[in-house]
Amino acid sequence: MSFSAIFLQLIQNLLVLLAAPLLLGWVNQCRAWMQGRRGAGGVLQPYRNLIKLFHKDAVLANNASPLFRVTPYILFACMWLAAALVPVLATNLPLSPAVDVIALVGIFALARVFIALAAMDIGTAFGSLGARREMLVGFLAEPALLMVLFTASTISHSTSLITIVETLAHKQFMLYPSMAFAAVAFLMILLAENARVPVDNPSTHLELTMIHEAMILEYSARHLALIEWASTLKLLAYMTIGIALFVPYGIAEAGNWGGLPLAVLLLTLKLLLGGAGLALIETVSAKMRIFRVPEFMGTAFLLAVLGLLTHFLLEV
Amino acid sequence: MPIPFSAQVINMCAALLLLIAFAMLSQRRVLSLINLFALQGLILAVSTTVVAYSSNQHHLYYSAALTLLLKAIVLPVILYKLIHKLDIRWDVETMFNIPTIMLVGLLLVVFSFNLAAPISQMAGTITKSTLGIAMATVLLSFLMMITRSKAVPQVIGFLAMENGLFFAATSATYGMPMVVEMGIALDVLIGMFILGIFFFQIRTAFDSLDLAHMEKLKED
Repeated sequence: MSFSAIFLQLIQNLLVLLAAPLLLGWVNQCRAWMQGRRGAGGVLQPYRNLIKLFHKDAVLANNASPLFRVTPYILFACMWLAAALVPVLATNLPLSPAVDVIALVGIFALARVFIALAAMDIGTAFGSLGARREMLVGFLAEPALLMVLFTASTISHSTSLITIVETLAHKQFMLYPSMAFAAVAFLMILLAENARVPVDNPSTHLELTMIHEAMILEYSARHLALIEWASTLKLLAYMTIGIALFVPYGIAEAGNWGGLPLAVLLLTLKLLLGGAGLALIETVSAKMRIFRVPEFMGTAFLLAVLGLLTHFLLEV
Repeated sequence: MPIPFSAQVINMCAALLLLIAFAMLSQRRVLSLINLFALQGLILAVSTTVVAYSSNQHHLYYSAALTLLLKAIVLPVILYKLIHKLDIRWDVETMFNIPTIMLVGLLLVVFSFNLAAPISQMAGTITKSTLGIAMATVLLSFLMMITRSKAVPQVIGFLAMENGLFFAATSATYGMPMVVEMGIALDVLIGMFILGIFFFQIRTAFDSLDLAHMEKLKED
């Protein structure tokens, strides 16, 4: 492994860490514009929130167990790892062999289990309510996500995200009808997993509707900051997985250092467009009832299965 | 074996048709149903044009134009006017258990893919692999007609079924003879007018467009 590859891997890891709050800020700003508001603090607001939280003193409940204290760090580590693993700039990085799609889903599951356990740890009503709702959404979203990833895997004959991206981006261009189904399913999963509007509202603390916010009510200061940062990293990870699966064009080929500036430029453009699209979806759709969520996720799963079926009908 | 690009476009259109069929199956609002139906007609016209171009079948251009005119413009406009006059623009249908309906739809898709596999192996057309999707669209529209209780969604299901049949004809044999196609187009148009009149008759008789009222033959 060459020195420059390791250097690039480090750059990518730091870049996702620092750019993730910016993406959230961009989504929030777009949402404000579309709703006719000026937006509070512009795109840099998430950074200010994080700095503010890091400067505060943490308050812990008397009966908080060590699990409650370590969860923010585990969550942050999981999401950083996931976001750093996804190939966004180049396909031949030192961590590339580790980027298996099933492992990625596993990392998300690990984070989910810990945050749910920590939410129930204090023993408040809201915590366990949020944890149960999160698990309800999670257990429906996970198989759907796996089916989406399997659709891409059957096209490229590998579960390695690197191979998938290389097959889709660098081989001869083809229209994959199965990926159209997978894209719709993935969009629905992205909305559900990142607590965005049709499923959950990230900016409300209304007890009837909140899912993600209910779980982290007991956290404060640096713990809360890590969890918020982890959420932005999760959003970035999902967005980049979506980009890697459906619009990977422009990623630098293995060993092609000259392609990197173009790759960075295209990635920024795709993320900006994706963030604006997400804000648009959140603006035009209303939050659905919690009991509609299984229906929503069931549809996502069904579309992913249809994608797999269409692949065998049309593309072999 | 690489698939030619025109066939890829046709496959993509087929996949979109299937996606729309499922969207219609799960759509509660009448207005969105009509939008989806118009979109289905548009995609059908695009796919027929591509088939016509790639197979040099000139009569298919006329079918495509006819499809565009009738199914993407005239019929949706008639339906819009109808629901406007009937004042059911924002009608939301109560449907039970959409996930179950979707699962049945998935089984129908598997069934029709299996059924179409041997047929499409024998066909020599560029569109042979889309036959399974065409059959699935027909069956899904049929399922939609069965699961709806209101009159307008049932009619939309019927029209969507006709779209599926047209797509099946295009994919299996490059379309039916022009005379037959013109005849069917006229039938659908006239059928639409007659059904439109029926809507008003049903509503004056039962004060509702719910067809469950028609299951009873006499007043008791």
